[in-house]
Amino acid sequence: MSSREAILGRVRAALADVPVDEIPEDVPVPRNYRRAHTAPGDDLVTLFAERVADYRATVHRTDETGLTDAIAAALTARGVRRLALPRDFPSALLPSGPWTWHREPLEVPDLDALDGTVTLAAAGIAVTGTVVLDTGAGQGRRALTLVPDHHLCIVYAEQIAADVPDALGLLDPTRPLTFVSGPSATSDIELDRVEGVHGPRTLDVIVVDPTHPEHP
Amino acid sequence: MSDPAGRGVVWLGSPAFPDAARDALKDTQLRANLKRATSTIRDKRLAVASELDDWEELRTSAAAIKKRTARHLDHYLVQLEESVTAAGGTVHWASDAAEANRIVTELVRATGEREVVKIKSMATQEIGLNEHLADEGITAYETDLAELIVQLGEDRPSHILVPAIHKNRTEIRDLFAAEMGHWGRPAPDGLTDDPAELADAARRHLREKFLTAKVAVSGANFAVADTGTVVVVESEGNGRMCLTLPPTLITVMGIEKVVPTWTDLEVFLQLLPRSSTGERMNPYTSTWTGTTDGDGPAAFHLVLLDNGRTDTLADTVGRQALACIRCSACLNVCPVFERTGGHAYGSVYPGPIGAVLTPQLVGVENAASLPFASTLCGACYDACPVKIDIPEVLAHLRARVVEQARAERRTPTAEALAMKAAATVLGSPALLGVAQRTAAIGGRALARRGRIGRLPGPLRGWSDSRDTPAPPAESFRTWWRKNRSQKEGER
Repeated sequence: MSSREAILGRVRAALADVPVDEIPEDVPVPRNYRRAHTAPGDDLVTLFAERVADYRATVHRTDETGLTDAIAAALTARGVRRLALPRDFPSALLPSGPWTWHREPLEVPDLDALDGTVTLAAAGIAVTGTVVLDTGAGQGRRALTLVPDHHLCIVYAEQIAADVPDALGLLDPTRPLTFVSGPSATSDIELDRVEGVHGPRTLDVIVVDPTHPEHP
Repeated sequence: MSDPAGRGVVWLGSPAFPDAARDALKDTQLRANLKRATSTIRDKRLAVASELDDWEELRTSAAAIKKRTARHLDHYLVQLEESVTAAGGTVHWASDAAEANRIVTELVRATGEREVVKIKSMATQEIGLNEHLADEGITAYETDLAELIVQLGEDRPSHILVPAIHKNRTEIRDLFAAEMGHWGRPAPDGLTDDPAELADAARRHLREKFLTAKVAVSGANFAVADTGTVVVVESEGNGRMCLTLPPTLITVMGIEKVVPTWTDLEVFLQLLPRSSTGERMNPYTSTWTGTTDGDGPAAFHLVLLDNGRTDTLADTVGRQALACIRCSACLNVCPVFERTGGHAYGSVYPGPIGAVLTPQLVGVENAASLPFASTLCGACYDACPVKIDIPEVLAHLRARVVEQARAERRTPTAEALAMKAAATVLGSPALLGVAQRTAAIGGRALARRGRIGRLPGPLRGWSDSRDTPAPPAESFRTWWRKNRSQKEGER
């Protein structure tokens, strides 16, 4: 007998107390929890910005017309020069200046030699301060946002879901997803939080919000 | 590592809990480290859990999802196998540790590689995978910072979430300086004990591994039956490195980690980070469904591990322990764990959940002291995000241990005799009165400042670890008789 059959047989034997005609849906799963830990009328963009900043990421807010300047300002503040870009990142958003842009395809050692990366996102989650990447438009494959030490991520206000249940409902589970909440961090040494172990040590998030016409 | 159960279940074979705990209690540094760690995480967890005013509803849903899964585990495992296979993955079934280790070894061999990078995983620790791979000439590199510390020190993890919590920064610095060079890139000269510097040394040491590794091994926090999606929750990014850079990914997962639907993750992704690290969300959560062309591993293998889980499932009281999502909230609220630390439990699963899970996975006869490693205070039940009634399972397993011991012994134990004598005395008012008067006299003779430190005879073992209040000079019954008869006489 294969181990598959053996294990499934042991599972069935172990569940002798379960009536043979019981189906999974007969075991009730109450879902009385809230869909979102926000109140109607809450400013999700502001909440998202506050919660992302709580993780010691840097959050910038701008409207569409200020986006290119915001990218330039964030990169200048970090002193990063050599940047990886997803294949389909919109060129129109790129500032001119001292930066060199390296578009995919890039080998992993090439990524390792670059300072940072600039990408779009698939979604934001306001309550948890999370950015979700699904390797879709303007995001590149997963290594791109992992190997370089700095990640600048652009999230549009309309992409921000209130909370985890809403966000999961918007996402496609068949795509590889990465939920990012702040920069890479560890608390393994005497519980002292240190930002930056293996992933990007710094995370900048630019929130593009049409109701927020402040330019950097 | 011994294997008393004789069926491939790994048990660390350290001394029984009472002996190990006695040694741990003497280590004042350990107790100070643990107290600081557990109280810090405890406070953070309470703060972020109280942000959610529906915390109890989330717990109820999580418990119900786990109950539905357990009662129909065969259905969900078959569904998971189908969906993972349809998405381009390969599913393997392992009855026990030996079989899981053999499967992983063969998969690594097939790639022609002799090294693997690993994400912290309780399942692979449980089966002793690293040791097995070493025996087969394959080096497994732990890439979680705490697991790296444990591996470099040839040590054992002492906590599910923060495995190296028993080590302070100076010990870690010395370890990095002495050992990193044996495994790869050495620690930089003049390394200090600043946590940021230590983390940076680990980053540099491990980066060359990540960039060259061809095979990665992980565990799984969840696997979704209806979509075939596997989930790893982490903080450092080492998980993301292992999951995306090497061309082959092997995931070893306990069969209880399956959840029915993608939607169910909305419950667990709210409960797990808040219960575990006390964060609203952990820095990185990765999900993947089979393989994706041009992104991540080209080959994905999912090893479904039984290793004692079906035995646990067969116990209708004990099976609820399989709902555990390994958040470690129960460790951080446990007065026993806080004083003894994780090593005393002799298992990769320490603390309250270890005290109920380990004996079931390895057989109660092989971990008979663990169900007693608790005060039954119930704090673990309150903290558990999936509402495992740990005290109920502890009491149930204690009964199993006692029954087993009774069945094996011809002569009754001192405990059994004491209980029998107590039953006789408590059943007779006259005998109780005599016993109380005797105890009052004897107790006063033994007591120092109202406390009895050590009891005589067979009670010594019980009194080794606790003081007993001296019996009062006058029993309540005597007092009652005196006062009541006076009052009645006044009427």
